Amino acid sequence: MGQTFSEKILSKKAGRTVRAGEVVTVSPDYCLSHDNSAAIIGEFKKIGVSRVKNPDSVVIILDHIVPAADEKYAQNHKTIREFVREQNLPHFFDIENGVCHQVLPEEGFALPGKVIVGSDSHTTTYGAFGAFSAGIGRTEAASIWATGEIWLRVPETLKVEFHCLFPEGVFAKDAVLKLIGDHGADRANYEAIEFAGPSTGEFSLSSRMTLANMAAEMGAKNGYFIPDPLTISWLKARTVREFDVVQSDPDAVYEEVLSFDLSALEPQVACPHTVDNVKPVTAVAGTPVQQVLIGTCTNGRLEDLEIAAQILKGRKVRPGTRTLVLPASRRVFLEALRKGTIETLSEAGCVILNPGCGPCLGAHQGLLAAGETVVSTSNRNFRGRMGNRDSAIYLASPATAAATALEGKITDPRTCR
Amino acid sequence: MSTGRVWKYGDDVNTDVIFPGRHTYALMTPEEMAGHAMEDLDPEFAKAVKPGDVVVAGKNFGCGSSREQAAACLRAAGVKAVVAKSFARIYFRNAINLGLAVLQCEEAADVLSSGDPVDVDFSAGTITSGARVFKFFPLPESVIGIVQAGGLIEYTKKKLGL
Ligand code: SF4
Repeated sequence: MGQTFSEKILSKKAGRTVRAGEVVTVSPDYCLSHDNSAAIIGEFKKIGVSRVKNPDSVVIILDHIVPAADEKYAQNHKTIREFVREQNLPHFFDIENGVCHQVLPEEGFALPGKVIVGSDSHTTTYGAFGAFSAGIGRTEAASIWATGEIWLRVPETLKVEFHCLFPEGVFAKDAVLKLIGDHGADRANYEAIEFAGPSTGEFSLSSRMTLANMAAEMGAKNGYFIPDPLTISWLKARTVREFDVVQSDPDAVYEEVLSFDLSALEPQVACPHTVDNVKPVTAVAGTPVQQVLIGTCTNGRLEDLEIAAQILKGRKVRPGTRTLVLPASRRVFLEALRKGTIETLSEAGCVILNPGCGPCLGAHQGLLAAGETVVSTSNRNFRGRMGNRDSAIYLASPATAAATALEGKITDPRTCR
Repeated sequence: MSTGRVWKYGDDVNTDVIFPGRHTYALMTPEEMAGHAMEDLDPEFAKAVKPGDVVVAGKNFGCGSSREQAAACLRAAGVKAVVAKSFARIYFRNAINLGLAVLQCEEAADVLSSGDPVDVDFSAGTITSGARVFKFFPLPESVIGIVQAGGLIEYTKKKLGL
């Protein structure tokens, strides 16, 4: 009987053949943490070891509240910088770099066949490159720093097969929202999701990252795309680190195989206050909006900014609709700057924020007031996520967000072409 | 046998109602955390919960944020176990790593109601309420070690001989 990607990679790491449902102890290749490293340092100290076991496996990227919004956050950042120096940690990325889930791949850590864990739920993103990557808690990150090991349950796998191509104005974000809406926020709880089918070869890496990122919103442990020539050439341009492609056997056993026809898809939105409350944009078109956010680890890449810029070029965002643009990383920002995309967006009246998490987690930079509505390209719309408990968050694609910014109300991007 | 009482809740109990986001950046002692347990779901809980009590719920218990306080506050309140139809993945991990027993049992989750007497026998793998006995889905052995040690930090210390 064949093995799935997750069974295979965890067998390899554990040094014995394992099946879904078993628990293995493995040494992850990389362990990511961000501003929460300050809390992890506290737990690490409780264990009582003096040195990090495997410094090369620790990746710390400051992104959540950067630059520090108040003294408390400034102190956290300071604690982290001191710890990095004291422990001589080689992979530290300070506040100028961008969101962890963009920076980690750009820096060449998200590689096929690697096991990566991160104390952030959207660590699933690196499955876009054929890595096994899953979110964990802070205590276990501390324990990995101390021992180099973690226990993982080998997940069952749900396969999603995409067929046909996206119609005009419809994107990966719409596909993943529809998937979550149709199947529920816990459909893939504890499971891996393998994104496959004839269409995935046509997906840009940016689109694959959007899908793998939002696998977490279906409860998944990890998401996975088979690395193809596009993946390999992207990685080779960024890193000299070695890697092995691991993929599912043709006779692997899946929990279920879902088929998804992209040609019939319309633009989607996740309505307040759960990610699985999904409707076609047309069902809520016209809802007044006071803020638009284009960016985050879900949709803040060059491709996303360009889609928004195409819609906003030579036009102005509607007065009263604050439009925030949050490039996912400094590299994305620089590329967008060189290509004139940033100029286009700024001329249209957008506020360009520094790369990072920005308002996505509701801690700084553009929080909402009671009674306000935002259309955001991020991944979570829980009550109060972007500030006030009595505000409303709609999740959508960059195209829908840009069209909404133009009109000041939720707008189908297919009407703005 | 020491017997506790059941606190019964529904499906999709999320981390925000177990331990509200407004307290997540405050550093608290376990006792203080216990005082906020279930604050936005059941204000009676923190006042009346006793050591040995068991939380019983439906599917997807602990969905939402990865904040560990949502598991820590129940353990600090003396909750012996959470019995649910299913747990959100990161909550399940956090609970084990903080020494909170999380037990999957559809039947007990359907049948038990608030106030029922209840006890859990970890070695036998049973939940008992009066004459009714339910089998729960056993935790993997390597994971039981973490719960028994009182959580991952203690477990790691032991493993490293500290
Ligand atoms: S951008 Fe938002 S979802 Fe992504 S890592 Fe930052 S806070 Fe989390």
